Amino acid sequence: MKLQIPMTLTARRWLMLSPALAVIGVLFVGGLALAAAQSLGYFAPTGENAFTFRHYAELSRDREVYASLWLTLKLATLATVISAVCALALALGLREFARRSRAVNLLLQIPLSVPHLAMAGALITLIAPSGMLARGAYALGLIGQPADFPALINDQYGAGIVLSYVLKEAPFIALMTLALLARLGDEYEQAARVLGASAWQRFRFVTLPLVAPAVVSASLIVFAFIFGAFEVPFILGRPYPAMLSVVAQQRYLDVNLMARPGAIALAVISTLLTAALAWAYLRLTRALIGLERPFIL
Amino acid sequence: MKITANKAGWIASLLAISGLAALPLILLATRSLAHAWYWPALLPPVWSIRAWRYVFSPAAEVLPALLTSSVIALAVTLLAVMVALPAARTLAWQEFRGKHAVLFALLLPVLTPPLAATMGVHSLFLRYGLTDTMIGVVLIHLISTVPYATLMLTGSFSRLDPDYEAQARTLGARAFDVWRHVTFPAIAPGLAVAASFAFLISWSQYLTTLLIGGGRILTLPLILIGFQRGGDEAIAAALSLIFLAPAAIVAFSVARFLKEGK
Repeated sequence: MKLQIPMTLTARRWLMLSPALAVIGVLFVGGLALAAAQSLGYFAPTGENAFTFRHYAELSRDREVYASLWLTLKLATLATVISAVCALALALGLREFARRSRAVNLLLQIPLSVPHLAMAGALITLIAPSGMLARGAYALGLIGQPADFPALINDQYGAGIVLSYVLKEAPFIALMTLALLARLGDEYEQAARVLGASAWQRFRFVTLPLVAPAVVSASLIVFAFIFGAFEVPFILGRPYPAMLSVVAQQRYLDVNLMARPGAIALAVISTLLTAALAWAYLRLTRALIGLERPFIL
Repeated sequence: MKITANKAGWIASLLAISGLAALPLILLATRSLAHAWYWPALLPPVWSIRAWRYVFSPAAEVLPALLTSSVIALAVTLLAVMVALPAARTLAWQEFRGKHAVLFALLLPVLTPPLAATMGVHSLFLRYGLTDTMIGVVLIHLISTVPYATLMLTGSFSRLDPDYEAQARTLGARAFDVWRHVTFPAIAPGLAVAASFAFLISWSQYLTTLLIGGGRILTLPLILIGFQRGGDEAIAAALSLIFLAPAAIVAFSVARFLKEGK
């Protein structure tokens, strides 16, 4: 005799969702709430237990914070835009081939699966002042010594950081775009061709709007990831100004515990800013290309 | 004329992605085997397995780190998939109030950096003795893996008709048999992709492992970053190759699964 516990459909449904919601609710939302409380004057290890905006006020007078914010915004935007453009070119270029062969998917999977640290390491071998490119330039007689080679790592423009992300993220956006293209087929483009649309018109008014959902959602994930990234700027960036996560982490692990609430406040700012930028980006793309639901869920 | 332009386009793209796939591997392999490779030599004057011998020697602590990384990533993968499966099945097959709020909650960790939440969780884990432990590290990795696994599996389930399960049940199949013979085969490709993603995300984590593990839980990326900043390029390159090996294996198996799924 089996005991049946009566359960409504609604209860069953939320029971199924509960493990996932517990992970998000306790670890992510709960963690974020605790972090916010600690940045607002409730940091027990230093005996703080009264509400204060002091740590945020201090950050607002901190030149390093502004330099870091600007750098983070600049590099994340630059790397995302370059990745998206390269990905679009790759996806359209490989579209025919991808229909016939799975090799394209495999080849794009490889850089996608290489961890960021390994990619940054490989990149150092290639573009460092005494790296392969510099040696090639020397062999061709273009430069006389490593110092003549343009600084591409630990440089003031963050070139190495951007390059590292483009190599990793362009394949990701390209894969998402190819998957969407494969599902859509090419009837719309054929129809446009029959109706006399030029190659540019077919791209601008047919193909681009069709692939927009994939490019928009993938590039948003990429932007948010780079904005909060740590390893690559830690390895390939300069100590000052450093990207937001690097600054926050270093202040958090400072031997002086008093620096910790400020570090947490900086991390909270970074989270709120990313959320706000993601929202603005979705609103903007909705206004520009009329996307109602950019996420392919 | 048209065809040749197209052909040039895809040949260029194919070359670009082949180069992109091969370049990091070739660079790292060469660097790890090069000895006394000073400026301006284009090729290493001497080949040596010094870096590889060091990496596998007990002094390097690489083998224990490899074990720690594997145990953590496998545990994270298993837990993430187990948590994601029932949620994804519900999200894909049922319409209900609050569904969009759930999807939004799942997207939050994907669209915002994990650092602030990790710092908050750090203080929580301090209270319950979970800092500096593998369990704590596994839990913190769930923040980044569960949303991806759930969203990917939701996609798989939504391409499967729920009526298949109902029919199997009507024909007398028990719950486990329905899963074993109907649902699992249908979502296996998606499950493989979601699991590999979860494994790779956990395998690559640095910052969350450092903060929650307190530098005591030494995974591969923690050791690697030390060598990368410490200066021995050959050892860093050898470690990077070990670090990306499971990634390459996973990529191959994903591609194979996708092929079978089609």
